[in-house]
Amino acid sequence: MDLVYWLLLLKAPYLGIKTFYKALKYFESPQQVFLASHIDRVKAGLFRKQTLEYLKSADVNLVQTDLDWLQDDRCHILTLIDKHYPAQLKTIADPPPVLYIRGDIACLSQPQIAIVGSRNPSTGGGQNAAQFATELSKRGLIITSGMASGIDAKAHISALESGAQTIAVCGTGLDRIYPAKHKSLAHQITLQGALISEFSIGTAPIASNFPRRNRIISGLSLGTLVVEATIKSGTMITAKLAVEQGRDVFAIPSSIHNPLAEGCHDLIKQGAKLTSSVDDIIAELPLGLLDCTLPKKTSQSTKEIDKTGFKVLKCLSYEALTVDQLVEKTQLSTQVVTQELLLLEFNNRIEKTSAQGYVLIK
Amino acid sequence: MELRRIGGSVSQLSKVFTRASTGLDAPVVTIEVHISGGLPGFSIVGLPEGAVRESKDRVRSALMNSRFKLPKGRITVSLAPANLPKSSGRYDLPIALGVLIASGQIKPDIDIAQFEFYGELGLDGLLHSTEGLLPAVIAAHKDSHDLVIPYDNHEQCVLAQEARILPAKNLLQVCEFITGIGTLERPMIQPDFDTKHDKNFSQVKGQYHAKRALEIAASGGHNLLLRGTPGSGKTMLAERLPSILPSLDNEAALQRAAIYSVANKSIDLSQFYIRPFRSPHHSSSAVALVGGGSSPRPGEISLAHGGVLFLDELPEFPRHVLEVLRQPLESGEVHVSRAQQQVTFPANFQLVGAMNPCPCGYYGDGTSKCHCTEDQISKYQMKISGPLLDRIDMILDVPPVSKEVLLSPQDKTTENSETIRVRVLDCYNRQLKRQGKLNDQLDANEVDSLIILSADNKQLLENVMDQLHLSARAYHRILKVARTIADLDHADTIESQHLIEAIGYRRYNG
Repeated sequence: MDLVYWLLLLKAPYLGIKTFYKALKYFESPQQVFLASHIDRVKAGLFRKQTLEYLKSADVNLVQTDLDWLQDDRCHILTLIDKHYPAQLKTIADPPPVLYIRGDIACLSQPQIAIVGSRNPSTGGGQNAAQFATELSKRGLIITSGMASGIDAKAHISALESGAQTIAVCGTGLDRIYPAKHKSLAHQITLQGALISEFSIGTAPIASNFPRRNRIISGLSLGTLVVEATIKSGTMITAKLAVEQGRDVFAIPSSIHNPLAEGCHDLIKQGAKLTSSVDDIIAELPLGLLDCTLPKKTSQSTKEIDKTGFKVLKCLSYEALTVDQLVEKTQLSTQVVTQELLLLEFNNRIEKTSAQGYVLIK
Repeated sequence: MELRRIGGSVSQLSKVFTRASTGLDAPVVTIEVHISGGLPGFSIVGLPEGAVRESKDRVRSALMNSRFKLPKGRITVSLAPANLPKSSGRYDLPIALGVLIASGQIKPDIDIAQFEFYGELGLDGLLHSTEGLLPAVIAAHKDSHDLVIPYDNHEQCVLAQEARILPAKNLLQVCEFITGIGTLERPMIQPDFDTKHDKNFSQVKGQYHAKRALEIAASGGHNLLLRGTPGSGKTMLAERLPSILPSLDNEAALQRAAIYSVANKSIDLSQFYIRPFRSPHHSSSAVALVGGGSSPRPGEISLAHGGVLFLDELPEFPRHVLEVLRQPLESGEVHVSRAQQQVTFPANFQLVGAMNPCPCGYYGDGTSKCHCTEDQISKYQMKISGPLLDRIDMILDVPPVSKEVLLSPQDKTTENSETIRVRVLDCYNRQLKRQGKLNDQLDANEVDSLIILSADNKQLLENVMDQLHLSARAYHRILKVARTIADLDHADTIESQHLIEAIGYRRYNG
């Protein structure tokens, strides 16, 4: 029944995490808070009139939705003092007092790596996320992310596809899925990993909750890999929190002209590890994980690249070039250039970016 | 003039011919005027609408002011066929003439049945211009009738060069002609058919890819969607498409002029042979696009018949407005049905659409200006429905032109529209010789029988379709465009390079 007091106390108005921990330190258990006298409560730092009123009148009906939700076999609520509560998360300054979990509890205590990034990544960024997620999963790390669109989703999906577990930290109550288009992804994650949240059942997607959940993403993980981020983004908040929590931050660099790489470059300037392969991450982690090298990707070719093809290929770089620019550079006719570009694309040598241009891939 | 005795009183009857206007048709209307004894009165029967009902007041004054008399007695004007609704002031002149002949004030010296009369009368007897006359001129010419028309209309009507038209300035002049006192001169102006394009491809810097795509689209009549950031030159490119299209032939030009005449739009003689370019704003209604009204008028798609319909900011058009284009895009004509009449307008146009890649317009321009979310972008692109997209053969990304290219001096070697037009015309002729129509107009059966791929190329196309996740519907479109590219290359069979280039124009996402 102790859990009910935890949940009840967390629902108290004007009672944030700091006050919660202050009260917990004074009373040792949430149950004591409800049993204590008015004077003791004030001594413990509970000054607010509304909070004190609430403590007098609170009853179990207030947390009934949470308790109902808990009836499901795959649903769990872990308090800070629970033995399953992930040790890694306890080490941060303000760990969530309770964690709502749908899925496998055990995976929370496994070594994890966070992959975060833009909600609107470039094609290359998306591919990087997928590739790193796949390779890190294969080396036994669990991929943790925030189930947002873009990089987050890519990371989750790739981890699932490579048969590994993955953890999604949600910014809403676990009875809701945000964004809604990730419903099936969320379902898959509960079967093959865990969805977790610190927010009680029924919490709607409120913008201010999302930066808060970011500390859990970085807190659960040994390190945080930033794939693509603009300077002002939630991803940068996660990276900052990771640093505060004393975790490693990894960043994948890109062209200096790529606006989506500005955040990564900024992080590298501040001391994040420049990451160009999975080994860069593995080298920093304090664990003897199996080093299994992945088979090289084989390209299936539709048609061999000929001399003109190489001429076009030589003019391309990792920065997007439009067809018109390539026509000028190669001095070939437009039709020849477009044909060669398509052939190179089929051979997986280049890709068309949304920037209406073509770039080399790897 | 006929005089008959009926029941003891003198009954006078006359017949004069003119034509109504229903859509692009101009059915003959016989105007019979009967003057009988009885209380004085003037009635018009045969479904006259507003302007025609008021005709009697204009006719009365015009007759008086031309020093004729309004006959005493009961005047009945019948416009036959009785079930055809008639509107506009064009019946004034024939009604006035009918009254004059029936009352014996003028005696025709010519065979009145060989003539048709048109024109709205002013109270002073002057003839005013009337709209939509060109279809009547064309139809009258087919029946080898001569036409008497208002002088103000004659410039437009001489477009039908063979027709015998006689412009007149006022009622008296027409009466003098009929009675043989005076003559009406056939106008001798030769319209200046100097086809001059003020928009030329030589003005477009860079954009080789887009120019190539437009050349292909022009050659095969393919529908095209241009996608690019604001200022990348989509509109500039599309506006220059007519300059590389072959001129209209005489018959098509005349038909186009007839459509304009019905829509009451004047047509510049210097534009007579140039294919039309219509660019309706995205606030246009569905009726404005396809045509309509209680007496149906042609809409933008018919005004673009034989030419280009350019829809700028395509996703901003309301969906139901875009959906009405689907049927005309397939059939090349549009049936407008209204309670009183059903009309068919030709609408064989080439659709060119332009759109931004995302709501703010700057997605993927290489800067960080765009803040649209993935959802917003996909929602924006979904605004173009699948069925409409299926009717678009070529999709082209137009990248923004770099500052260096924009500021560079005009390159003398840039191809001008005239050079491109020669190639396009050549390609047109190849297609017409082979199949009697443009590649775009081939139906599914014709594509299967006329466009044959080698086994290797078939395999290539299948591989690519899998790799790019192209729908089976895209298959025919690719084949048609590949056929056009091969035609531009003077090749009888489609080679792999033609096919590959065609595939490059068939990708919507990514």
